[in-house]
Amino acid sequence: MQLFWKIWKTGIVTELLQAGDPAAIEIGRALERRIKRLFGRALAIREVDAGSCNGCELEITGLTSPVYDMERFGMHFVASPRHADMLLVTGPVTRNMEIPLRRTYEAAASPKFVVAVGDCAKTCGVFKDSYAVVGPVDRVIPVDISIAGCPPEPTDILRGILEGLDRFSQKRETTALTLEPVKAVR
Amino acid sequence: MGFGTVALIVMAFGYAGGACLSLVASSDRSARVFTALGAVAGCIGGLAAAVSVLRTRVPVEAVLPNLVSAAGGIVIRLDLLGAFFLALITAVSLPAAIYGTTYMAEYEGRCSLRVFGLMFNAFLLGMSLVPCAANIFTFVLAWELMAVSSYFLVMTDSENSDTQQAGLWYAAMTHLGLVLLLPMFFLMAGGSEATAFADLRTGAATLTAGTRNAVFLLALAAFGSKAGIVPLHVWLPRAHPAAPSHVSALMSGVMIKLGIYGLVRVMFDLMPGGPAWWGGLLLAVGSVSALLGVLYALVEHDLKRLLAYHSVENIGIILIGLGAGSILHGAGLRALATIGFAGALFHTLNHACFKGLLFLGAGSVVQQTHTRNMEEMGGLIKRMPHTALCFLVGSAAIAALPPLNGFASEWLVFQSLLAGTYISRPEIAVGFPIAVGMLALTSGLAAACFVKAFGISFLAMPRSDHAAHARECHWSMRAMMMVLAGSCVVLGLAAPLVIRGINRIIDSVPGLSAGEPLPQSLPLWLTVPNGSAQVSPLLIAVLLGVIALAVLLAIHAGGLRVRRADTWGCGRISQTPRMEYTASAFAEPLRRVFAEVYQPTQDLSISVHPESRYFIQSITYTSHVVPWFEKAFYDPVTRGARALATQIRRLQAGSLHLYLLYVVAALVAALAFAWWSK
Amino acid sequence: MSRYVALFVQPLVALALAPALVGFIRWLKARLQGRRGAPVWQPYFEIRKLFGKEAVVSHTASWLFRATPFIVFGTSVVVASLVPLVIVPAGPLVVGDVFAAVYLLLLGTFFLALAGLDTGSPFGGMGASREMTVVALTEPTVALSIVALALNAGSTNFSQIVARTIAEPAAALGPGHLLAFAALFVVTLAETGRLPVDNPSTHLELTMIHEAMVLEYSGPYLALIEWGAALKLLIFLALAANLFMPWGIAFSLSPVALMIGLVSVIVKLGVLAVAIAVLETRVAKLRLFRVPELLSASFVLALLAVMSTFLVR
Repeated sequence: MQLFWKIWKTGIVTELLQAGDPAAIEIGRALERRIKRLFGRALAIREVDAGSCNGCELEITGLTSPVYDMERFGMHFVASPRHADMLLVTGPVTRNMEIPLRRTYEAAASPKFVVAVGDCAKTCGVFKDSYAVVGPVDRVIPVDISIAGCPPEPTDILRGILEGLDRFSQKRETTALTLEPVKAVR
Repeated sequence: MGFGTVALIVMAFGYAGGACLSLVASSDRSARVFTALGAVAGCIGGLAAAVSVLRTRVPVEAVLPNLVSAAGGIVIRLDLLGAFFLALITAVSLPAAIYGTTYMAEYEGRCSLRVFGLMFNAFLLGMSLVPCAANIFTFVLAWELMAVSSYFLVMTDSENSDTQQAGLWYAAMTHLGLVLLLPMFFLMAGGSEATAFADLRTGAATLTAGTRNAVFLLALAAFGSKAGIVPLHVWLPRAHPAAPSHVSALMSGVMIKLGIYGLVRVMFDLMPGGPAWWGGLLLAVGSVSALLGVLYALVEHDLKRLLAYHSVENIGIILIGLGAGSILHGAGLRALATIGFAGALFHTLNHACFKGLLFLGAGSVVQQTHTRNMEEMGGLIKRMPHTALCFLVGSAAIAALPPLNGFASEWLVFQSLLAGTYISRPEIAVGFPIAVGMLALTSGLAAACFVKAFGISFLAMPRSDHAAHARECHWSMRAMMMVLAGSCVVLGLAAPLVIRGINRIIDSVPGLSAGEPLPQSLPLWLTVPNGSAQVSPLLIAVLLGVIALAVLLAIHAGGLRVRRADTWGCGRISQTPRMEYTASAFAEPLRRVFAEVYQPTQDLSISVHPESRYFIQSITYTSHVVPWFEKAFYDPVTRGARALATQIRRLQAGSLHLYLLYVVAALVAALAFAWWSK
Repeated sequence: MSRYVALFVQPLVALALAPALVGFIRWLKARLQGRRGAPVWQPYFEIRKLFGKEAVVSHTASWLFRATPFIVFGTSVVVASLVPLVIVPAGPLVVGDVFAAVYLLLLGTFFLALAGLDTGSPFGGMGASREMTVVALTEPTVALSIVALALNAGSTNFSQIVARTIAEPAAALGPGHLLAFAALFVVTLAETGRLPVDNPSTHLELTMIHEAMVLEYSGPYLALIEWGAALKLLIFLALAANLFMPWGIAFSLSPVALMIGLVSVIVKLGVLAVAIAVLETRVAKLRLFRVPELLSASFVLALLAVMSTFLVR
């Protein structure tokens, strides 16, 4: 009963999606209109740690917390890449994770796209030229959206995904943002 | 001579001809062919006789009084109940015999196919004569013929030590049954010379209550040991795997039903109207057999032993139906009692079909993979697709899934247990719900067990070289399996019509019948008299088919793209059969849950490197499940018997003088007895 | 003729409502966790999205893997036409009773477990093994709850059970009824894979029971299985609601009765969904080998329900 009293007192803590840093998001390949339509309202994400230091993972874990709450945008994490629409890849791709990453990508059912999170995933970050590293994620699998930062903020990660799906309008970033960004592209 | 008599003669000569011709056959191949021909001829004759009796409802009678007239001669009377069982025997033996023609090819050189052919036909003859027998001598003659010939059939592969053990157990338990059977019959006869069943029937009214109870208990023990009730079932899991598969199919599917036949004949035909505790004992024994049978089947990895334990389970279900029906009958609810009897008899027929099918399927799998161990099979659904489909139908039928036949008969047994609510006695109020719970648990565990049996044996990747190179078996074997699979489907969909026929059979036996005519049941629905519960397997199948087909078409019309890829394994490099789930792993949660019943023994041995005990060379873990009643009951009995035999052996001292003394002492004792009793 | 129409329309209504039920439970759990959560219509979007994707089938899988989604979906729909949802099934076209419904759902689970084994993945095998364990252990409780209900009604026919409870409202508060309802509620949680037996939103394969069997499915096959699972949840909750508190259900085909039936079933499902969401927020998942203890407790409840019904008569 104490639990429910606490729930009542705490209330809803989800924050509005902030503006963040627009430069952090780079949309490498514009997603097909078909994909934007399909995944506009429901997106299943499979997170792959291709050798990261787990700093990005901590931020990604924050996405499911009540404060950032990515479920309100229809996104949720799934365990199996067969169920996934999008791969969320972190880390410089180490030599041991190259094949698993490629297999994860092949296991996912198309249409699918890839979002690379963090400086390591984009350019190998501090591990550049290391003997244990194969290269950035786009050396192994095709990347559609990159989000820079070490680690990037959860806001940036969310905005990156939403912008890729055309569900977030850049123009609105300076004014008070609503919870429901622009409706999915028809 | 009527058609029925002619058909019975054809049956007898068919079997006899098959036996003799195969014995004198010139080559192994012709021995196999003659065996099958004789068996087929005999089965067709028997089936024709049975069908004619079922259709015309006129029993076939034949008497040969001069054959062993001191014992009463051979008296044959095929009434409706016997005809039902004869039809069951011949209908399942026919596919099994044809299956055996090609199946026995692998036994060439391992055993004498001529002797096998002789024994096989003798076995079929014995089995077919049991339901026809109408006096004690004929019955016991047929029973013993069946028992002895099946012993030789079990010992086909006699070089295997497991088979020899199995044969010993089988012989011992069969003769225990005979030792209990003979006193039962003599008690029923009451010391008179009249041993025909008709005389027994009329004489039953004059027996005292104590005699009737003794007869019932002896019948339950004798016929129960043949049927395989717990704890007299111990020969089943040993003998059925040892025999060739089509013989196992007949033993498991047909022979144990003759135990049920004997029980029904004695309890409901020859001595009807027993006290309520008879039915209660049947119900209790049936529930325990069903549950223990399926529990021990769950932890088996030998495919044929698993199927053998499931026979114990299904006999338990049949006894539950008989027991519930008997209690309802005794309480005066005769119309409701017919549901229990109909469910039990229908389940007898269904079990013969799907158990026969499963054993034939197991036979072709074992033939190809050269092992009975499930842990070495796998991937067979791609290499043996027809066998896999037939085995799947058999598995779904034995797991009582609609719309197949197992569901229909279990539904009837459940309804008969529910009907117990009309009896307001406290022991019924407690006993029947517990029986319902045990029956439901049994069917759930059976479904789990067959997911394991079919899934591990047929699905995923092959776990051994043999399984990887398995080929589909001969078309005649496949065709026979499909015949049985088709019969499972047809019996399920047409269950209401079959029940109508079974109700007529039940009506013909005074101890089973409802006395008053029942309302004609609907052709599409299984119903309960005086009740509104109904189920229609045919309509369920139609609805399911229509919906599945509609969705399939809709998805394909919407454009279904399918891509083949590797199994997802968290990105691992390759997939080997060692990564698949094993049968032990599958049954592990249930093994843990029921650990009190299984009492598994565990043995962990760790061998360390001789140089240092910190380096482990190997770890061996063994865990066995030995049925506790074998430890608690059979082990002491066999030890006691051996001790007794050792004591008696002291008489055989080897000295000639002692033996002469024995002779003189016996002579003196006999003379003294004769003088004293004058 | 209109009875036949009702037979086919009721499962369609059930199909339409099932994703909303699952979405409502998820939305309520999100709110109880202090976040906004996805809208109640989210599962509809997910199903629609899945139909637009391709299906990836493993090399080791056989025809059974591809046939299973249709069997699972088909059995759920057939059971939805059997159970009292908006209207009590009566008349000549009743294809089954409570036992038929239970065994049809068992048919779906049987094939789903086989499909889990078919891919050769250890996750699938583990899910199949655990699912069959849970299903086997819930069977006695289900059977006894049915017996408890059927004892009063005199038959296992759905319409008879519902009619009897409506005719004797006082019996609905009897000990047998309440105990049977509690037992059936626990069985619902076990069979539909909700906490405390199985966490429907877990990502850890070693904690999965139902999810582990469907890890290999994708695209339209996954959509059918998810929809079938949602429908199974709706069926169980509808049974719990309409067998024990059947007031409001339609007996005739008049538009007013049907409207009242629809509204009342939605209200009852909503109440039960709230109960499930609150329960899932409160309890943690049970360790797998503690689940049999929970199931035997529910078995004892069902046994007590039956015996008390016997004694009260």
